[in-house]
Amino acid sequence: MSSDPLEQRTLSAGIVGDALKQVTRNVPRGEPPAWPTNAELQVVGKDVKRMDALDKVTGRARYTFDVQLPGMLYARTLNSTVPHARIKSIDTSQAEKSPGVRAVHVLERLLQAAELRDPGEEANEPYPVIRFAGQPIAAVAATSARAAEAALDLIRVEYEPIDHVTELEDAMQATSPPVFPGPTEQHATAGGGGAAKGLPQKGNLRGPSKGGSRGDLERGFKEADVVVEGEYRTQVQTHTPLEPHGVVADWRDDELTIYASTQHVLSVRDEAADIFQLPKEKIRAISDYTGGGFGAKYGIGNYGTLAIHLSRKARAPVRLVLDRREEHVSVGNRPSSLQRLKIGAKRDGSLTAIELRSFGSGGVAAGAGVGSCHHSMYSCPNVSIEHYDVFTNAGPCAAFRGPGQTQGIFAFEQAIDAVAARLGMDPIALRDKIDTRDADDVRARAAERRIGAEKIGWSRRRAPGSDTGPIKRGIGMAQSMWPYIVNSYTTCEIRIQGDGTVEAFCGTQDIGTGTRTVFAQVVAEELGLHAEDVRVHVGDSRFPPGPPSGGSRVTSSLTPAARNAAHAAARDIASRVAPLLNAKADDLIFRNGRIERRDDSKTSLGFAEALRRAGIETLVHRGDRRDDYEGYARKAGELNISPHAIGGVQFAEVCVDTQTGAVKVERVVAVHDCGRPINPKLVESQIFGGVIQGVSYALYEDRRLDGPTGVQLNANIDQYKIVGSRETPQIEVHLIELLGGQSSTDARGVAEPANVATAAAIANAFFNATGKRIYTLPMTPANVLAALRAE
Amino acid sequence: MRSFEWVDARSVDEAASLLAATSATAPVIAKAGGMDLLDLMKEGIVQPARIVNLKSIPSLGDVRLEMSGMQLGALVTLAQIERHNGIRSHYRALAEAALHAATPQVRNAATIGGNLLQRPRCWYFRNEHFHRIAEADHSEHQHHAIFENQQTVMVHASTLATPLLAYEASVHLTLGKGSSRTVALKDFLLPPSMQRDRDTIIADGEILTQITVPPIQPGTRCAYHKQTERDSYDWPICDVAVVLQMNDDVVASAKIVLGWVAPVPRRAVESEEILVGRRIDELSASEAAAAAVRSATPLPKNAYKVPILETVIKRTILAAR
Repeated sequence: MSSDPLEQRTLSAGIVGDALKQVTRNVPRGEPPAWPTNAELQVVGKDVKRMDALDKVTGRARYTFDVQLPGMLYARTLNSTVPHARIKSIDTSQAEKSPGVRAVHVLERLLQAAELRDPGEEANEPYPVIRFAGQPIAAVAATSARAAEAALDLIRVEYEPIDHVTELEDAMQATSPPVFPGPTEQHATAGGGGAAKGLPQKGNLRGPSKGGSRGDLERGFKEADVVVEGEYRTQVQTHTPLEPHGVVADWRDDELTIYASTQHVLSVRDEAADIFQLPKEKIRAISDYTGGGFGAKYGIGNYGTLAIHLSRKARAPVRLVLDRREEHVSVGNRPSSLQRLKIGAKRDGSLTAIELRSFGSGGVAAGAGVGSCHHSMYSCPNVSIEHYDVFTNAGPCAAFRGPGQTQGIFAFEQAIDAVAARLGMDPIALRDKIDTRDADDVRARAAERRIGAEKIGWSRRRAPGSDTGPIKRGIGMAQSMWPYIVNSYTTCEIRIQGDGTVEAFCGTQDIGTGTRTVFAQVVAEELGLHAEDVRVHVGDSRFPPGPPSGGSRVTSSLTPAARNAAHAAARDIASRVAPLLNAKADDLIFRNGRIERRDDSKTSLGFAEALRRAGIETLVHRGDRRDDYEGYARKAGELNISPHAIGGVQFAEVCVDTQTGAVKVERVVAVHDCGRPINPKLVESQIFGGVIQGVSYALYEDRRLDGPTGVQLNANIDQYKIVGSRETPQIEVHLIELLGGQSSTDARGVAEPANVATAAAIANAFFNATGKRIYTLPMTPANVLAALRAE
Repeated sequence: MRSFEWVDARSVDEAASLLAATSATAPVIAKAGGMDLLDLMKEGIVQPARIVNLKSIPSLGDVRLEMSGMQLGALVTLAQIERHNGIRSHYRALAEAALHAATPQVRNAATIGGNLLQRPRCWYFRNEHFHRIAEADHSEHQHHAIFENQQTVMVHASTLATPLLAYEASVHLTLGKGSSRTVALKDFLLPPSMQRDRDTIIADGEILTQITVPPIQPGTRCAYHKQTERDSYDWPICDVAVVLQMNDDVVASAKIVLGWVAPVPRRAVESEEILVGRRIDELSASEAAAAAVRSATPLPKNAYKVPILETVIKRTILAAR
């Protein structure tokens, strides 16, 4: 695609309504002309209502749990009851004879976890070594879920226990029991995961990774007028999507069909192909609706592997949907972190040195980093970073809405706030000074600080701890940054029938963000139709390839391909309809359901009528996501990372009861950029979700393991506390329309930046309210009272 | 969850005789609102062979408010209590406790009888792992008892028990066929145990049919507060009920009960003694609150509850009117 011949074009770039300027870009020939600003478009940039809203609220939407196939069996998983052990034997003979049971399968290999670099003695183990309580071991398929559950009780597992460790700071000790007997690697698979290769490992400490380090740290601290130090701790958060992970696997001789609750149908297909040694074209993955993912729903995982084995053995479709406990324990979480962060700054605010020593535990999985913010967000010549993954006998981590960055920003943006306080500088003025990367989103960020400050009423912010009574209020802010990612190999297909039916296809999926709706809007814009006139088909690996719903990259990848396909279709139609209107194809425009002459709008035909009169039966056009006009800073496989980014600034207003330790977030103002917002209402909805999840992370969510047994004590949604309606603050969203001159839609993503700054903004507001820093998440009464007591 | 039989009882006598047939191998278990029972069954902690539905018994769902006091049928729902004008004006602490329990959906189904009989919300107790596979050592005890925690650190879950104890309520238990007894609520509740199958003195085959609350005298002031991490729906860090009998502006007698801080809700006798003969003000409330927590014996991870409890006692005393 990058080999397309290029042509020079002059495009508009910058903040709409503020600072648009003309830029020159090398654009692949054949790309549609640039769109004007949203105000001048018909469908794009408008609050089109979510296309699947009615299906969802009426229950018509088919989630994986709703899939019913003839002869379908129900599977349940047997999970380890111990945190660390070798399995000496497994006896499934009684379970196999249990009433209703059609198949039993024992897992051969554990996915989503780190693996020994050199299997050594473990190579001879008959079964995967148990490294966390709740680790899947086997599964049973039966004619009912109850029959499957009853059979699980009949499987005999003989364990040979090994010492275990569950807490990060215990596992860091040299005397701690090792989770793995030797160094490990975690390879990225179609199911995600992955960690830097070849790092040293001593005991449970794997690392350091030093990415982002530069300059001379010692000199940097010498040049500093102030130095701020802190030790920050963040907890393990589980994804807790409303719909747990699950599949229905239907193994046939000629094809394997997998219905999955997933963020990427193609990853389901590819991981299944890999594990079962099948050609990809023999596998079809389908996901009509996914009830939330947040990063943990890629590939087929251990549960999908078990379901496929069971379907193959039983020669019947098998449904395996995790229960709430399994969902909490075994399919991913946001790793904990311990971040020792030291920042040096000059009196004028410029940063001279940043030192980070961080540790993160993703349980039995590697990849527990704390993001890129410490070294990439603000200008600083001297940076030293050392990060260690710390293994514990706990369920594996997985990507989680702003992986690493959410933990990182909590520490880093508090430290920047602390620098401002030490310098007696306004935190916004400090960021104006240091937020100077050469990228268009940095200019958006400056505008966001200005807008947010005005909306929250920053000028009424008082000195820290100003309230004299026990109830203290304060305001704080924090910034969010996330890469602007584009997925290569994104293709959309448009099929238009002679009766005016328009269908759009892409092998992406809609996990609740509104992908169907933005897809339809872009196509409708090109064809002069309403969004609801376009039938969108996603969630099927048979469709042209589409992006994963992760990394905030669907809209940035999908919409240019969709526009390119629809634009090609429109030009094709125009050339056929032109003679009917005595015009040249280039002089026809598509508007309000009609095709009309640009110079004479009365000379027109209705869309369907025009197709009929032009004798069109079926038109099929495809469009690809071309590379960004300005190119990329980095490429990794299908992942392209722009030199520009996405992000926002969030302001929080909190109320702290210093006697009970209760923190109430009363208001959040979130000002964000996402390139061109295709559907502001859906963007706003994403940001609401990000802020709510951020408040939940800041105040409540906390996976608790019992030390002696490694069992998660709150693997439910009663004692695992998630923000409720009464704790949801008043949230105000403001969007920047930022044009970059990068693609045919100039859209970027928003999901992750909406989440990553919230906890830090709340923590900074906590400081402003109380005059004390809260270094530990979540801000429970216990942690709050401890923070208030600290010196 | 295992399969089970379901029987709709038509009378207390019928229910009692059905329940008397319980055995270790085929447990027969009564169901009122079913809120706690369903949780326990889903977790595999209770595995009834037969469930006796009490909701089909007429007449156990009435609130009777008279000069001689109040009778609450065991099937009166928490929603009925929170909305009942008479309870709201005369037994405000009870109405408040009902209003702050669980969620609106749960309160529509949950009964006062079931609320008093519910099992602990301790996360060890609520996990079948610690019933079937491993001993619970309660090392994660941040939500547990800060008083009298030598025998057990678990706390009784009922938040309605807190005000009912302050009102000196009693419960009526029936074995059927005219055999029944009345027991003071303070003698009814037992420290929770993972070994027993109930945390009250109720016997096999016995049914809790009614709660009796003595009449409110003129000059009574009361208040209730439940302190939680979350507002929307949460179990308490602690809850406090205060019932003051005033003689003009001076406290003639006081009943202060503290929930979720001891295995059973605890009378704060030390606080009550400080208040008697005094006016309610910042100073007396502070002194009473401080006295209440003086004998606390917090565990390594729940010491934070002590200052919170002290604050809540003080605030609730001041709120009593």
